[in-house]
Amino acid sequence: MLVSVSILTLLAVTAIAIARIGDLWAAVMFTGIFSFLGASWMLILDAPDVAFTEAAVGAGISTVLMLGTLALTGKKEKPTKSSPIVPLFVVGVTGAALIYGTLDMPHFGDRHSPVQTRIDPGFVEKSQPDMHGLPNVVTGLLGSYRGYDTLGETAVIFTAGIAVILILRREPKEKETERSTGKKGKSL
Amino acid sequence: MTLTEFFGLYNYWIVVFLMMTGFYIVIARRNMIKTVIGLNIFQVSVVLLYVTMGKVTGGTAPIIPPGIAGHSDGEHASSHGSHDAHEVVDHAHQHAADAAEIIYSNPLPSVLMLTAIVVGIATTALALALIVRISEDYGTIEEDEILLMDRRQ
Repeated sequence: MLVSVSILTLLAVTAIAIARIGDLWAAVMFTGIFSFLGASWMLILDAPDVAFTEAAVGAGISTVLMLGTLALTGKKEKPTKSSPIVPLFVVGVTGAALIYGTLDMPHFGDRHSPVQTRIDPGFVEKSQPDMHGLPNVVTGLLGSYRGYDTLGETAVIFTAGIAVILILRREPKEKETERSTGKKGKSL
Repeated sequence: MTLTEFFGLYNYWIVVFLMMTGFYIVIARRNMIKTVIGLNIFQVSVVLLYVTMGKVTGGTAPIIPPGIAGHSDGEHASSHGSHDAHEVVDHAHQHAADAAEIIYSNPLPSVLMLTAIVVGIATTALALALIVRISEDYGTIEEDEILLMDRRQ
């Protein structure tokens, strides 16, 4: 409980730091820390698969991608002239509505919440025989019961990769830049 | 509001706070990389919202330990028949021999969020590629400066 609450508080503090900091390089680093804290909390929430993915993808790859973008664009954020009152108001109203919505949510860890009672228990019970002895239920679900979803996800990533290559490609007259950006596109 | 109620809902409140921070960064900041960072924070907080709903107190990760894994194949048919579907879903194996009951947290939110995280990095990569392209053409990634240049033309 104590670890959970302190990680959550750290998450909130990191998010505020990201919102307030002007230096983009520091903001990207804080985003990595934010993802890693999120991954730590997921481990406490019994979701090690999501935690590993978040630590590798959120804290790892996306930080590297953002640093690469920073190297190509520039590190300083110009201070905004517009006042933050309107965004703060919008965010406050939306947040208040969402908080109001959480008031009758099932409590943390409640085993009688609809999330736990309205699914087919066969997902967990039959997973191991169906997967020929694979102990990890999450992997079984991801690879088999929701296999088409995972296939669609792969299609999305493929499409994004193609799109990144097409966006960063240059006209033939600019051969020099084409070579360097083409390499970057493939590594994504 | 009692203390149990407070700690029962504390996780949702933090998640809402994180969501709103991401939302604020998206709408208040004019720098495009900052916007992508805001979207990332929003995405992580949505993932956390789903994962936190799948947690069961006293539960463990949905990985079946090897001791049970060994003989669950044979017993599966008999234990499934006697199981009341609407009791508690997350206990998975009623082990007939020692009647040891393991409570697993819900695996479904984890599965859904694994897909979401990976799709999220794909969209982030696409957004960053667009930012690089914009910065090549305009020389800046500040949204208001770009709008000003567009209006002048």
